[in-house]
Amino acid sequence: MIRFQKISKIYSPNIVALDDVSFEIQPKEFVSLVGKSGAGKTTLLELLLAEEEPTQGRIFFDNQDIHKIKKSKLPFLRRKIGAVFQDYKLLRFKTAYENVAYALEAIGATDEEIRRDVSEVLEIVGLSERFRNFPVELSGGEKQRIAIARALVHRPEVILADEPTGNLDPYHTAGIMRLLLGINELGTTIILATHNKEVINKLGKRVITLEDGKIIRDEEKGRFIL
Amino acid sequence: MFTSLERIIRSGWITFKRQAGFTVATIFIMAITISLITSLFLFQKITKFSISLLQDKVDVSVYFKDTSLEQDILEIKEQIAKIPEVKSVEYVSNEEAKKRLLEKYPELTESLRETQGMLNLASLNIKAGQADQYTAIANFLENAPFKNLIQKTDYYQRKPVIERIFSITFAINRTGVVLSLILAIIAFLVAFNQVRLAISSSKEEIFIQRLVGASNWFIRGPFLIQGVISGFFAALVTLLIFIPLVYFLSPKMEVFFPGLNLFGYFIGNFFLIFLIQILTGIGVGVISSIIAIRKYLKV
Repeated sequence: MIRFQKISKIYSPNIVALDDVSFEIQPKEFVSLVGKSGAGKTTLLELLLAEEEPTQGRIFFDNQDIHKIKKSKLPFLRRKIGAVFQDYKLLRFKTAYENVAYALEAIGATDEEIRRDVSEVLEIVGLSERFRNFPVELSGGEKQRIAIARALVHRPEVILADEPTGNLDPYHTAGIMRLLLGINELGTTIILATHNKEVINKLGKRVITLEDGKIIRDEEKGRFIL
Repeated sequence: MFTSLERIIRSGWITFKRQAGFTVATIFIMAITISLITSLFLFQKITKFSISLLQDKVDVSVYFKDTSLEQDILEIKEQIAKIPEVKSVEYVSNEEAKKRLLEKYPELTESLRETQGMLNLASLNIKAGQADQYTAIANFLENAPFKNLIQKTDYYQRKPVIERIFSITFAINRTGVVLSLILAIIAFLVAFNQVRLAISSSKEEIFIQRLVGASNWFIRGPFLIQGVISGFFAALVTLLIFIPLVYFLSPKMEVFFPGLNLFGYFIGNFFLIFLIQILTGIGVGVISSIIAIRKYLKV
């Protein structure tokens, strides 16, 4: 489904974010990318979202080289991917409902589909009651659940979660991880980038460990070892 | 297509309402820009008025021999009026000329009475549109079939003054155009900068919208709508400021420029002025948004 083939990303001769990285992710997999800050986790996700271009190598999504996609066609790639970030990245001037609905409006869903799917997904993340609230009126955990709802609502093939629990307390962290596992069980591929040891060790899923831009370990049912 | 358009318009309007701080600031800055453009429009009227006031003072007089008959002079007037360079020809009869002379110099009353029946002061006052056209008119008069009826023309005597007045009015006109262009560019840049600031504060939002797969038009659209709405409200605000302002300033302007009714001009051109204001507001809003947002849509 997703294939990184000999990927290098060099920002300047002194800053090598990724160095000859290759791996594959199968449909419905739950893969965690771990490593210290600056190991290259976020760069990998940015490359997959075509926010950045690799210096060398190719990335395939459903057998399509994503960096050969025309800029005007990039939105279609991004609609297959849901993204969740540590800082939530919610639209400030939209309510919780409108934030989730935006992902559907952007792909041209009908008003009826939007009403139905947004209500359903808000139910899944447990925030049906907060749909009228603006991001500034929500707690960190609630914001992250809205972000997940938005990433999920258009039924993407894969969800990228970049440090989704980075700003949350252990209680909310557990809630978010349960949510991501539940989404994965429903058939969505999850790629989780984190340096939260406890989260990784509890998951018991595939773990790819990065260090200085290189893969040093790739284990099924891996653990956080650095 | 229509659903997307409707969503873009709704999103633009909602964001316009919810971003109250930026909205008010943008409308305020745009109102300054539109005020400047409206002032330039009125300034151009004042310039044209003062130029025509000055140029109206310029003419060439043709004096006729004492023996010339009024009928002949009126025929000559007809012929002169047909010259393309001539803007207007005024016939001043002998009696009218004497009356004007006495109004100006009452002490000449006795001298004029003595010359009763002998002195013909009838003349034709000719006005042209441009200074160089007077030479063509003078040449025509020198070679005209009726030249033996002409006593004299005061063209060569008045030539330096005429040329000076026309060069002054030309300079006023050119300075007005250049100043207007410079001020219009400054006004646009000020408004553009405000819109650019407003959009750059939404940089993060644009990034998020791209990530969820929104097309460039779906992202750009609401910003353009906000530009249109801001421009419209700014034009409205400017109009509401200008109506009383011109009303109170108009009598004061008339002191400096007798005959200039600025408020009458404003009301007479109300719809044109409002159209200019709306087009300026919306144009500045939309063009600034398009330019400012390009940077954030590149990836």
